[in-house]
Parts: sequence; structure tokens; C-alpha cells
Amino acid sequence: MSRPTALAIAAAVNAGSSARVAVEASLAACEADTLNAVIRVHRDRALAAADAVDARIRAGERLPLAGVPIAVKDNICITGLPATACSRILKGYIAPYTATAVARLEAAGCVVVAQTNMDELAFGSSNETSCYGPARNPVDPTRVPGGSSGGSAAVVAAGYVPVSLGSDTGGSIRQPASLCGSVGLKPTYGRVSRYGLIAYGSSLDQIGPFANNAADAEAVLRAMAGADPLDSTSAAQQMEPTPAGDALRGARIGWVEAHTEGLQAEVRAALDATKARLQAAGATLVPVTLPHERFAVSAYYIIGTGEASSNLSRMDGIRFGHRAEAADLRQIYGKSRAEGFGAEAKRRIMLGTYVLSTGYYDAYYKKAQQVRRLICQDYEQAFTTCDAILGPVSPTTAFKLGEKLSDPLQMYLSDIFTIATNLAGVPGISIPVAQDAQGLPIGMQLQGPMFSDVRLLAMARALTPQ
Amino acid sequence: MPISEQHVRHLAHLARLDLSDAEIASHAHDLDAIVGYMEQLTTVDTTGIDPVANVAGLINVMRADTPTALLPTAVALGNATSHSDHAFLVPKVVER
Repeated sequence: MSRPTALAIAAAVNAGSSARVAVEASLAACEADTLNAVIRVHRDRALAAADAVDARIRAGERLPLAGVPIAVKDNICITGLPATACSRILKGYIAPYTATAVARLEAAGCVVVAQTNMDELAFGSSNETSCYGPARNPVDPTRVPGGSSGGSAAVVAAGYVPVSLGSDTGGSIRQPASLCGSVGLKPTYGRVSRYGLIAYGSSLDQIGPFANNAADAEAVLRAMAGADPLDSTSAAQQMEPTPAGDALRGARIGWVEAHTEGLQAEVRAALDATKARLQAAGATLVPVTLPHERFAVSAYYIIGTGEASSNLSRMDGIRFGHRAEAADLRQIYGKSRAEGFGAEAKRRIMLGTYVLSTGYYDAYYKKAQQVRRLICQDYEQAFTTCDAILGPVSPTTAFKLGEKLSDPLQMYLSDIFTIATNLAGVPGISIPVAQDAQGLPIGMQLQGPMFSDVRLLAMARALTPQ
Repeated sequence: MPISEQHVRHLAHLARLDLSDAEIASHAHDLDAIVGYMEQLTTVDTTGIDPVANVAGLINVMRADTPTALLPTAVALGNATSHSDHAFLVPKVVER
């Protein structure tokens, strides 16, 4: 926990310290992982990359993330390394290209040390659907780290690495960040290229950083953000400079009455305490409403599974991934997919197929996309009276392994506070603010208007000790 | 309307998933519960509301019409279980 921050490592390496120091420390920590948070360590590649960073510094370059060790979720491609999204269907798959986000981070001096555990194909909220078995929460290993980016949240909270990458389709960065006690940012849709991210819901997915503080998260976001010709949905908007001065003084922070319901008592208390801190810091609290948010879970699981069933149709055993033995092509498809996909992946493919099938499309998918418009409009309306919306990330702190796995609908409902963010495309950040009586972390979320990522990070920085 | 096992078998065919009888039964149960919950959307008045396709409002993004390096054939084929020098191989699909 007391390891140096990403920015401290970069400052030291830019000043002439060897990048090997921090990279070696992270490699050793990842190799000694007891949480099943790390699924692959890349020692030789990382040390070679560290040496390359040192050479660039000696040649006079200065890099914003020089020598910063990073762990990457297993659904983000890196040339020559496996990328399985923790699914049996992709076992043995070696990525033939590198995700733009990772390429930019490596150009900025980051060194990939390991790949992290996740829910299979990012389908889950507990990291329990991984084909590598569950990752565990560093604060209490009998509990889940959250999901789907559970491994990436755990490795940062456990101090193996200062920063990591996850992906967030309905809360998959923010919820595990909250449950593990790290900072996790879901950037504005389009802020970070999705090229090289194994697609789940293409209109919802974003790659984002985990860190132990907001300044490190911002540095990672800055290095990977921006338009990319390889992702036609990436956005041209430039990142604003980091605002000078106090981000909270004079800020109008919205809060939603409905977000105070159904919370674990300590989460509710943390929400109230955060409101009080915001006021003490000079912010004004503004009640706002998101009238259609209560339909977000339904809309999300229609849109997300519809897009997933379409995206996953490419995993048919022919061009890559697991291929079953069978006599004809139809059987190869059916058997490869039946053998390769786990139970939750099959459930979501079936649901997605249902909502897109003839006779049901208008009633489900189109209806959900219309409700999504109403949710977008709710946010636009709310942001006419406030600069950011404060709320909980998860209704509870980390739950026990196995506790929710048998009831998919209950698991889906645990995403209630995070999924409207993805439907609207706006950024959201999970900020560790408190602990419950058992010492389990509690995160609070700030959501802001489209492309307000930098301002959200500045507010998060003001809310977290440096 | 409850989702029948026959309907689930049809979906499994569309999804190209060879499910066991036990899986068919459990999917029928789960889909019924989840779709039942989603019925709440019917209570929302969406008359005249434009469906969202892209939250940023992007329409028809075109790339520049210039040649660029693509994956070399050998690399593109490298992850396939069965391939020749230039193609993915599958069992014969069209009978003579």
C-alpha cells in the first residue's frame, strides 16, 4: 500500500533512476500474487521494455509515465501476448495487434508487467465467471473484488502496481474500484479508443484506469485519450488542461434522492459524510432527478446483451479460438461455442439473441434505445443545474464469494447505480471515501457531463488524500 | 408470455449454441425471470422518441481512402485451428 505513485516513479525515472527498480518491484509482487488477480506475468518483456525506457531517457526524452508498471485486463490486446478475456473459447489466442490505449501508454513510458483476471468476456459483477477461477478482494480474500475488472482493481489496491487498465460497460471499472478501495474512472464514451478491446457492448464499452489516487488516474487517461483512426467512435475532443485551484469551491454537486434508498447503512452514512465534506469544501449541493434511471437496468441488459450476442458471433471456432471436433460446419459452430462459453456468457448470448430476434426487436431493443434517449435527456437536464452528480457506486460493500452467483437477476440489479452512466455515455469516477465496520472499502461516484473527465478527476483529487 | 423450452431451443439454434437439455431448461427459467423484469419498459411512453444509436451523435464516420498496412496473411491465419497458406479451412459446405 505504501508503494510510490505512478507520477513519483515517472519523476524519478525522468531524473535518471532506472525504470527497472519499480518494474522489478511490481514483477515480484505480481509473481507472489495470492489473490488470483494476476493471470500472467511478463517478466522478460517487461524488463526489456524497462531497459528501452531507460535508453530513451538517456537519449534525452522525457516521458509522462516513464517506467510506470501497469497491469492490463485480459480483454485488451497486446501483440504477441495471449488475450482470452478469461474465456475458454479464447484459450490459446495470441493477439496479432496492440490496443491503441496500450500502444499510447507504452509510448508514454508505461511498462506492462502483467495481465489481470476478469469475469468471462466482462460478463459479471464479481469476477467469479472467469475461466481461471475467481479473483479475491485484497482487503478480505473471502470476498469478491467486484467485476468485471476485478483483477485490475485488486492489483492496484494490493499495491502490486500503481496503475492498471480495465474496461467498463455497465460499471466494470467503478464497482470493483469501490469494492477494493481504489480510484476507477469510466471515461466519456469515445474518449479512449476501443481498438484492441475485445468487444462486449460496443455502444457502451470504454477502457479506463485504476489508480490509488486521482492524479495517477489522470496521467494514465491523458496518455491514452484522443481520436484514433482505428476506432470510428473515438472522439476528437481535446483533453482540457488540469484546472488550477480548488475544484470543489463553488462547484454545484447534484444528488438524487432515489440514490439514498436500498443502501447498506454504512454506504448511506458514507454518502451523507461525503455530502458534508463537499459542503465544507465550498460546494453547493443541488437535488436533481433522473426520472428514467429506474429503467436503466432493463435497458442496459437489452442493449448490452444484444450487442454482445452480435459481437460474440465472431467466436465460432473458425478463424481463432477454441474449435470443437465435428463433422460439419454447423456442428463446429454449435459445439465450439457450447464448449467455449461459460454459463453467464451463454445466458447473455441467449438473452441478446432473444431481444434481437424477429418479432421481438421493436418491443425490446428499439424500446430500450428509446428509453436510453430519455436517460440521456435526464442527464442533460440535470447538468443544467449542477456540475457533477454524487452518488453511491454499489449498494453494498464487497460480498462473499458465491453469495450472488446463483441468482443472475440479483447480480444484474447490483449494477443499478453504475449502468445509466454508460447508457448516457457520460464519465463516472469511483472514489474511495470510507470503510464499513469490517474495514471493507466504500466508494462514492461522481458523474459529469460529456467530456468533463478532467474536471471530475480534479474533484476526485480534492476529495482524496494525496 | 412465458418463454417455452421450444422457444429457447430456437434461440439456441439462432445463437449457434448446442445446449444440453438441462441448459435449455435452466435458460428458459432464467430468461423468463429476466425478460419478466424487463417488461417494466412497456410502462414508459416512448412515442416519438428517437432511439439512440451513438451517444456522441456521430453519424457515418468515414476513414480516409488511403492504403494502409493491414495484418499480413500469415498473422491473420495464425490463430486458426485449421488453415492453408492463404485461407481458413472448414469442412466442405456445398455438396456437388
